[in-house]
Amino acid sequence: MNIDKRLVSKDSLEKLFDILKQNSKTIYAPATKNGKVSFSEADSFSGIATDYIQTTQSSKDVDFPRTEKILDYTRNENGMSVKGIDLNDIPEIVLWGVRPCDAMGIGELSAIFNWDYKDEIYNNRLSRVTVFGFSCSKSDEYCFCTSVGGNPGNTTGSDILFTQLGEDGDYLAEVLTDKGSAVVSLASGLFEAATDIEKGKYLADVPVRFNREEISKKLEKSFESGLWIDQSLRCLGCGACAYVCPTCACFDIQDEAHGKSGSRVRCWDSCGFSLFTLHTSGHNPREVQSQRWRQRIMHKFSYMPDRLSVYGCTGCGRCSRACPADMNILEHLISIQEAVV
Amino acid sequence: MADFEPRIVAFVCNWCTYAGADLTGTSRIKYASNVRIVRFPCTGRIDYMLLLKAFAEGADGIIVSGCHPNDCHYTSGNFHARRRWIMFRSLCDFMGIDTRRIKFSWVSAAEGAKWADIVNATVASIRELGPYDDYKRVAKKPVKEVTHG
Amino acid sequence: MDDLRKRARELLETSEVKVVIGYEQGTAGKTRALFVEKPEDTDKLIFDSRCVQNLAVYITKREVKDKGKMAIAATLPVMRSIIQLASEFQVNDNNLLVLGITPESKLVEFNSLTEVETFVHQYQIEIDARNKEMLDKLEKMTPSERWKFWTDELAPCFKCYACRAACPMCYCSRCTVDFNQPQWIPVPSHELGNLEWHIMRAIHLTGRCVDCDACYNACPLGIPLNLLTKKMVEEARANFGGYQPAIKGEHLMSTYKPDDKENFIQ
Repeated sequence: MNIDKRLVSKDSLEKLFDILKQNSKTIYAPATKNGKVSFSEADSFSGIATDYIQTTQSSKDVDFPRTEKILDYTRNENGMSVKGIDLNDIPEIVLWGVRPCDAMGIGELSAIFNWDYKDEIYNNRLSRVTVFGFSCSKSDEYCFCTSVGGNPGNTTGSDILFTQLGEDGDYLAEVLTDKGSAVVSLASGLFEAATDIEKGKYLADVPVRFNREEISKKLEKSFESGLWIDQSLRCLGCGACAYVCPTCACFDIQDEAHGKSGSRVRCWDSCGFSLFTLHTSGHNPREVQSQRWRQRIMHKFSYMPDRLSVYGCTGCGRCSRACPADMNILEHLISIQEAVV
Repeated sequence: MADFEPRIVAFVCNWCTYAGADLTGTSRIKYASNVRIVRFPCTGRIDYMLLLKAFAEGADGIIVSGCHPNDCHYTSGNFHARRRWIMFRSLCDFMGIDTRRIKFSWVSAAEGAKWADIVNATVASIRELGPYDDYKRVAKKPVKEVTHG
Repeated sequence: MDDLRKRARELLETSEVKVVIGYEQGTAGKTRALFVEKPEDTDKLIFDSRCVQNLAVYITKREVKDKGKMAIAATLPVMRSIIQLASEFQVNDNNLLVLGITPESKLVEFNSLTEVETFVHQYQIEIDARNKEMLDKLEKMTPSERWKFWTDELAPCFKCYACRAACPMCYCSRCTVDFNQPQWIPVPSHELGNLEWHIMRAIHLTGRCVDCDACYNACPLGIPLNLLTKKMVEEARANFGGYQPAIKGEHLMSTYKPDDKENFIQ
């Protein structure tokens, strides 16, 4: 299998940014605010953050926004008139600076949005996103991509994967898809031919910490186990883990009315909230945090691989970094693997 | 702004200010018609968020009015309200919400003329300040397409 | 902290309490909450300057409360939260034993919540220098500069409610935002939803906040929302002489003085 390998010099990267801007692309790249790095619209190359291991938030905001309108309605004398959003209005976006774990997560998130119902809005947004992955030369104790089928130089999900060849070095650009080739055509002068460059030695070392298939098997027998109670005692039941996760897809639908007209809005939700599963009858099948914590792990490591043939975790470690109670999913997964059930 | 007519919402208590406003009418005192009055049993019943809801729904100015201290129909409702307003007003000011657009007053059932003065003065000052566009922009109804971080 | 470990072990061995809430070593040099039920596990309890998470948030959690009588390793802010919770009838001497840790890191055991209260009242709620500086900076801005500051700061908020979850005072089993008849605070994290949520939370904490910064520490996005609650602490001092949590005391916002002073009511 031949991957189109190119060399992009360090200076050419900024030129590439400018060319994309000139071609009316909206670029989302990591930027620092209040000491945290997250994706936001980038106006200039110099504003892009580079010195970080992982962004606080994932990049799912571009295809699965935190808040998006899905339709407008107006009540008039004939009844209700409903207008869906114009899918043609969705801008072309370049997602710049995505880690390989996040790029892999795009496929996992898409599996949920194309399971029994093909989510038109999500698919349309995603079709207009070009993903520039950047390999990882560093990792920390929260990372575990290699335990969930990924690695710091993984090409899955990226349209072009950039690997910096040493600190302050030029970049190997692996052009992986048609979208990637389209970018190369826009800026062909910047993508030089590459001799056979091997990226392996420039990648971070992420040791494998657990075997996910073993965990899935163990989970099949763990539903009634007491381990969920012990693990979840310190969990506060906020939505931080779900919101920063690249593969969490739960959402709420809200109608926001203003007199005779209004909009229907989709926004993020989290299965960690205590009232997430509250029924209108008043019954709540997941009344205590241990049931909700169990749901989180089962969904990602048991239900998703069973039903959708993909796992729901990319090993990015964001949930653990963001968690105010230090739940550390990696630690919990290892203890599940070691548990006697 | 020559053609800008401020939209004012007034949150008033039933026993004093509402009755006072009624007296303004029966006394045939003319005053600005920009006000929409919302009647409460007591100022102590006024929830802080209602004031912000008024701004979110398009009000340019707000009047909050009730019985004078010691005259509350429920004895102490207005005392509780006063303490709440002191804290709420500070918070609003701290967040940059335009507190010049919120007028607090004590208007008794006998002060028909005072009510007219309060309303006229408020309308005039809001007309000078202009529409409360900053808040309306944030409140944006119906919602805009997409919110990213 | 050996005294703490020793005492915790004794309490569990004699079954005087069923669970001890304290701190343990966490990930990447952080500390986190620990719930010890077996005497031998008390060896994992630690205490040092990194231990700032407000553990009082766990004493109203059903999953912890249901285990039986609790003991909690409590620094000064945690003690304040406990007294505030006691004054709101959420905890009492029957279900909680406080293992106090003084500002000098000494263990002091209290026989009742009233003793904790006496201890807590020796100290005023002080806003630290760095935050005071930030508050002063904001005071000096014009209202429209402040509006711009806050709409900018609150823009990244995605309504994860970590601030609410980490705050010991936010123990309502159904928060205002969880009701939809009416939907008082919008759920989506657009500008209005964020603004109304943070204002409402600051208001609901007026007179109850113990200024522990748990909300700020919990926020995954580093939003300085603790400035809002600190402002309310300052205003309470400026207008009403401040407040102290007190089991049988008066609550700032559910009392009043006939001569409360203001200069804006006509």
